[in-house]
Amino acid sequence: MSTLASEIIRNTGAISAADLARGGRVSGTIGDITAPDPRMVCRGVNVWYGAKQAIRDVSLDIGKNQVVAMIGPSGCGKSTFLRCLNRMNDTIDGCRVGGSIRLDGQEIYDKRVDPVPLRAQVGMVFQKPNPFPKSIYENVAYGPRIHGLTNSKAELDALVETSLKKAGLWNEVKERLDQPGTGLSGGQQQRLCIARTIAVSPEVILMDEPCSALDPIATAIIEELIDELREHYAIAIVTHSMQQAARVSQRTAYFHLGDLVEVGETNQVFTNPRHQLTEDYITGRFG
Amino acid sequence: MQIEAPPSAPSAPRRTIDIVNASLKRRYAREARFRFMGAAAVTLGLLFVAVLFADIAGKGYSAFQQTYIQVPVYFDPAILEPTGTPDPQTLAGADYQALVKASVRLLFPELTERRQLREAYALISAGAPQQLASMVSAHPSVIGTTRDLWLIAGADVDMLMKGHLDRAMPEADRHIKDSSIALLDRLAADGRIEKRFNTGFFTNGTSREPELAGIAGALAGTFYTLVLTLLFSFPLGVGAALYLQEFAPKNRWTDLIEVNINNLAAVPSIVFGLLGLAVFINFFGVPRSTPLVAALVLGLMTLPVIIIASRAALQSVPPSIREAALGVGASPLQTQFHHVLPLAMPGIMTGAIIGMARALGESAPLLMIGMIAFIVDVPQGFTDAATVLPVQIYLWADSPERGFVERTSAAILVLLGFLVLMNLAAVLLRRRFERRW
Repeated sequence: MSTLASEIIRNTGAISAADLARGGRVSGTIGDITAPDPRMVCRGVNVWYGAKQAIRDVSLDIGKNQVVAMIGPSGCGKSTFLRCLNRMNDTIDGCRVGGSIRLDGQEIYDKRVDPVPLRAQVGMVFQKPNPFPKSIYENVAYGPRIHGLTNSKAELDALVETSLKKAGLWNEVKERLDQPGTGLSGGQQQRLCIARTIAVSPEVILMDEPCSALDPIATAIIEELIDELREHYAIAIVTHSMQQAARVSQRTAYFHLGDLVEVGETNQVFTNPRHQLTEDYITGRFG
Repeated sequence: MQIEAPPSAPSAPRRTIDIVNASLKRRYAREARFRFMGAAAVTLGLLFVAVLFADIAGKGYSAFQQTYIQVPVYFDPAILEPTGTPDPQTLAGADYQALVKASVRLLFPELTERRQLREAYALISAGAPQQLASMVSAHPSVIGTTRDLWLIAGADVDMLMKGHLDRAMPEADRHIKDSSIALLDRLAADGRIEKRFNTGFFTNGTSREPELAGIAGALAGTFYTLVLTLLFSFPLGVGAALYLQEFAPKNRWTDLIEVNINNLAAVPSIVFGLLGLAVFINFFGVPRSTPLVAALVLGLMTLPVIIIASRAALQSVPPSIREAALGVGASPLQTQFHHVLPLAMPGIMTGAIIGMARALGESAPLLMIGMIAFIVDVPQGFTDAATVLPVQIYLWADSPERGFVERTSAAILVLLGFLVLMNLAAVLLRRRFERRW
């Protein structure tokens, strides 16, 4: 654990009566927000949609070779936070982001940072599988092609193959790479989207409820895949399923009404939550 | 569970099922009435369309045929080469009118009175001398020989042969005299009168003489105008839609622009004509009556239609596609051009074709910019004086000669044919795009 950790942990005590009186509003994050080998370091992130503040003073690290799960009731700001990490919020009108988000030490909201290469480094997998209405091959090849990652057709072919293999889809589609990606099943489409994301060799992969549109079998396959991908990437995943968070993540962050309430080792958060709100949520009392 | 209501005493409280059953019949009857009215409306509409088409086709089909009279023509060197030198210039300047008259005298040797001869000359079209002139210039060897040639009949003969003139009418009300009819009947008995396919309708420009008038000029004018209109309005319209929909900041200025574009689509087309007259012709000095200025005006008129349709098509592309492309690091422009625009293309093309179809059928704004001029020559380019099909139809419909009635209908048929072709092309094009994506 870094020396920074002790400085950042602001509030390790139980929730105060005053907090509860203010409608459960919490004054700081409980638990260790740092990761041993952080790819992304977020400090004091605030997001507004117009006049409405969506997330408030969130600090969290996304560590290498681990999965951070973000859980919380609907509208708690977990997806908003995730979308800040590759500046997808830029496309939303009236969205403002304050605070510091650094990728390998570089401030990503710096005026000089171009979101285009940033998104090549921080890939994203969306809630609903969204393959391009093109062939399976083209879906995976699109990213490398626009970024000029390969020099020849053979290299590109190899990259497509590796990406599809890493996404665990190669054996199912190798005979029909020229067929439309939209013709695959939902789970296969989501794995195609993952292959498309890893084809540009990102450092961080963001996943926004990647299994919410899938059946349990497809979900299990994706979860297994996420666990394998951890070997090469830093992964942040937003999920509504607490079982999923427990299964795939090493760290869990609980969001509530725009605040990051509690962060910790997944085991600890689920077995021994320190904040009353976290406990209420994971025991199913609300949410 | 019992659904049917048991016979109940009048005093018993009514059960819900009874109330529902009582109203059921009325509810179904209302639905049946609505369905019937819908079907009746569609049938009535189709009926009117069928009547319209049948009427136009019935009036217009005869214009695709033309009456010809076989006349023995002696290519008299005394008429063609009065100076005795057979050079092309003399041949071009020769008196072919006299040649036609001489031929008619040859056809009816028994006619001697001037009055009778004048009537006989009128059987042949005023276009016949031109017919002979082009023949002589193409084959000078015919000079000095006698050939049996099919010459275009005059408009009244044409009408009579097609049954548009009633023989039973009193002679004074008829355009054609009894004596002429007698001559024609004799020719017909000799097999010297024939109706042939009217190629001249498709190769001639317009004319004062109905039997010589064709739509080639209007077709060429329409073609040049539409090509330029598409070139002006399509890239500009799609570009504007793309910018407004995907890139422009959303503020009161863009709101104002959007409202204005929507209103422009509803502006009467003649206003665009006035604008074209004031701005393009009077201010910028674009030559009037040309496909260029027509295309500028029609392009402005089509632009709002294309912009609105394109914006709707862009909007209907799911946002997940944009997110997917942005998510792998495509720039906003790449996102639009690689993914959003191709997906929106079928919708955009539908809008463009609707706009072009409207431009094809438009006449009012073109009247303002001089397209109504009587132009005989077929335009050869974008800056030649020209007219377009709808205006040609308008001009012909306005002409008093009986022969223009069938030409008007035939021109309408051609216009409708082009509309059908355009829509067909649109459907095929859309299919191709949809298959690819």
